[in-house]
Amino acid sequence: MSDRPAPTTPGVLPVLHGLALRDLRVLRRDWAEFLTRTLMQPLLFIFVFAFVFPRIGQTVGAGVAGDAGFATVLVPGLVAIAVLFQGITAIALPLSTELGDTREIEDRVMAPVHVNVVAVEKVLFAATQAIVAGLVVLPILLLVPDTPVRLGAGDPLLALLVIPGAALLSGAIGLALGVTVAPRQIGLMFSVVILPLTFLGAVYYPWAALDAIPWLRTLVLVNPLVYVSEGLRAVLTPDVPTMSPWVIVTVLYGYTGVLLAYALRGFARRTLS
Amino acid sequence: MSDLPLSLRHVVKRFPGTPPVTAVAGIDLDVTHGEILGLLGPNGAGKSTTIGIITTRVRPTEGAVAVFGVDAVADPATVKGTLGVVQQANTLDRRLTLWENLYYHCRYFGLGRGAARRRSDELLDRFRLADRRDAMPPQISGGMAQRLQIARAVAHDPALLLLDEPTAGLDPQSRIALWELVTELRADGMTVLVSTHYMEEADALCDRVAIIDHGRILVVDTPDALKRDHGDGVVIDVGLTAPADAAVRAAVADVPGVRVVDDLPATGHDGTTQAGLRLSAASTEGTVGTLVAAVTPHATLRDLRVHETTLESVFIALTGRDLRE
Repeated sequence: MSDRPAPTTPGVLPVLHGLALRDLRVLRRDWAEFLTRTLMQPLLFIFVFAFVFPRIGQTVGAGVAGDAGFATVLVPGLVAIAVLFQGITAIALPLSTELGDTREIEDRVMAPVHVNVVAVEKVLFAATQAIVAGLVVLPILLLVPDTPVRLGAGDPLLALLVIPGAALLSGAIGLALGVTVAPRQIGLMFSVVILPLTFLGAVYYPWAALDAIPWLRTLVLVNPLVYVSEGLRAVLTPDVPTMSPWVIVTVLYGYTGVLLAYALRGFARRTLS
Repeated sequence: MSDLPLSLRHVVKRFPGTPPVTAVAGIDLDVTHGEILGLLGPNGAGKSTTIGIITTRVRPTEGAVAVFGVDAVADPATVKGTLGVVQQANTLDRRLTLWENLYYHCRYFGLGRGAARRRSDELLDRFRLADRRDAMPPQISGGMAQRLQIARAVAHDPALLLLDEPTAGLDPQSRIALWELVTELRADGMTVLVSTHYMEEADALCDRVAIIDHGRILVVDTPDALKRDHGDGVVIDVGLTAPADAAVRAAVADVPGVRVVDDLPATGHDGTTQAGLRLSAASTEGTVGTLVAAVTPHATLRDLRVHETTLESVFIALTGRDLRE
C-alpha cells in the first residue's frame, strides 16, 4: 500500500453539493428558528399598519399610496425585507462564529476545492433561503390586511431577473458582513447596518414618494434594500410607480458583484495567510 | 518532481508586520511513504506554520512544497484532496452530530450517499464512538473529540495525514490511546506527519523525528540515532517533598558537572504532580553521591531518577534550551 496513488479530486460540483447538503441539514434542524426569523418582523408590521391602524381609524401612508392603498405599497416592501434579511442572517451570523472562536469552517476550507467555492456555496444557499423566505411571507402578508392588496402581474422577464438578483444580493451582503464582523459585534451590526437599511429602504413608501425630500431621495440610493423593494414592487404591484426597472436590475447585479468581490477577498484573508 | 508524500525545499514564511516575523526560516524536509515523521520543537518553533503551509492554508514566502509531486501553491485543490488534517484546536462542526460530522465530511470529498454512510458507521465503530453517534460535539470529552477529529481527517482515505499537536491537553490515557490509533492508521498504509512538543510522544510514536527550533530543522533521524549521536550525558530528576527554593538550587548548581535545567514537569508521565528539579550531568559517576549530600541540608529528598539520554536531552544538547521553555 505504500505506493498507493493519490486520490483524484472530485471536482467542484460534488463538493458544492456536499457543502449544500450540510447547510440543508443544519437548516432542517433549525426550521422553527428559520420561520420565526422570517415571519416575525413582516407579520408584526403588516398587522399593525394594515390591520390595526385602519380599524382604529389611524391613517398612515395615505399620501404615498395614492389609489393603490397602503397595504399594496407595504406588501412588496415587506417581502423585500424578508428576502434581504433571510439572506443576510443565513450567512452572517453563523459564518461570523465559524470564522471566529470555533474555527468550525476549517473542515470545509480543507475540502478539495478553491476556498472561494466554500464561500460561493454559502451565498447560493443563502440566496435560495431568501427566495423561500419571500415565498413563505407573501401569502401571509396577503391574508392579514384589513384593506385590499392589489397585486398585479409584472413583466415575467423582469421577475426572472429581479428575484434571483435580490436573493443573490442578500447572500452577498451576508457574506460581506460575515467575514467582516466579529461574533461579539453582531448585536451592533443590527443597530448600525440592519435598522438603517430597513427604515430607509423604500419599504413603507415607494422611492418616488421621496420627491418631497430630495436629499433623502438621493441618499437612500446607496441602500441596497431600495432596489429590492422597488424591484419587487415592479414585479408584484406594477400599478405602483417605481424607478426604471432596468436601473433596478443593473444595480442589483452590480451591487452583488462588487460585494461578492469584496467578500471573497475577505473570506480568503480570514482562512488563508 | 519526486512523488514522495511530502517534499519541502527551502521553505520560508515571513509574516508581514513591524517587525516582520519569520516563522519558518528555510526548511528542507522529505517524508517517505508509510512513515510517521515527528516535528518536535517547543511552542513557537514554526511547527504549526509548517503544517499550515503543507495544508495550503499558509502561502510560503519562498520555496517549494510538493505533496505526492503536486505543487501545493499552484494546485491547492488537488493537494487538499490527498491530505487528512487534524488541527490543534477542536474544529468539529458544532451544528452536526458526531455521525454527521463524518458523513458530511465524506460528502465534501465527493463520496456518494451510500459510501459516505457506510464509511461514517465504520469509523464511529473503529474509533469507539458508536454509542455517541447522535451526540453533539460540545457534549463529548476532549479525548473523544480528538478521536472524532482524527476519524474525520481520515474519512476520505487520505494518503498523507497531518496532525498538529494532536495530544495537547489530553490526559495520559487518551494520549496513549491516540498513539495506538495513529500507529494503526500507518499500518493501513497512511503516511503521517505529526507535530508535537512532547518528547515522549516523538519517541514513542515516530519512525523519524525532525527537531525544529526558530523556524529551522536542526536534525532529522530515528529517535535512536538522535540519542546516540546527539545525546549528551544523563538527565537526573531530583524529586523533593516541596518545590525547590533558592538554597537548594544554589547547592545543586555547586555540584561539579551538574547543570539545573528546570523544575520537574508539573505533571509526570503517569499524571501525578511532583516537586523537584531536573538536572543534566555528563554522567552519574561520582555525581549522585555528591548531589544527595548537597541537597539534604536544604530539602527532603523524595526520590532520585536517572534517565538515560532522551530526545529532551538531545534537544537541550542541540539548542541549549529546554523543550518546555
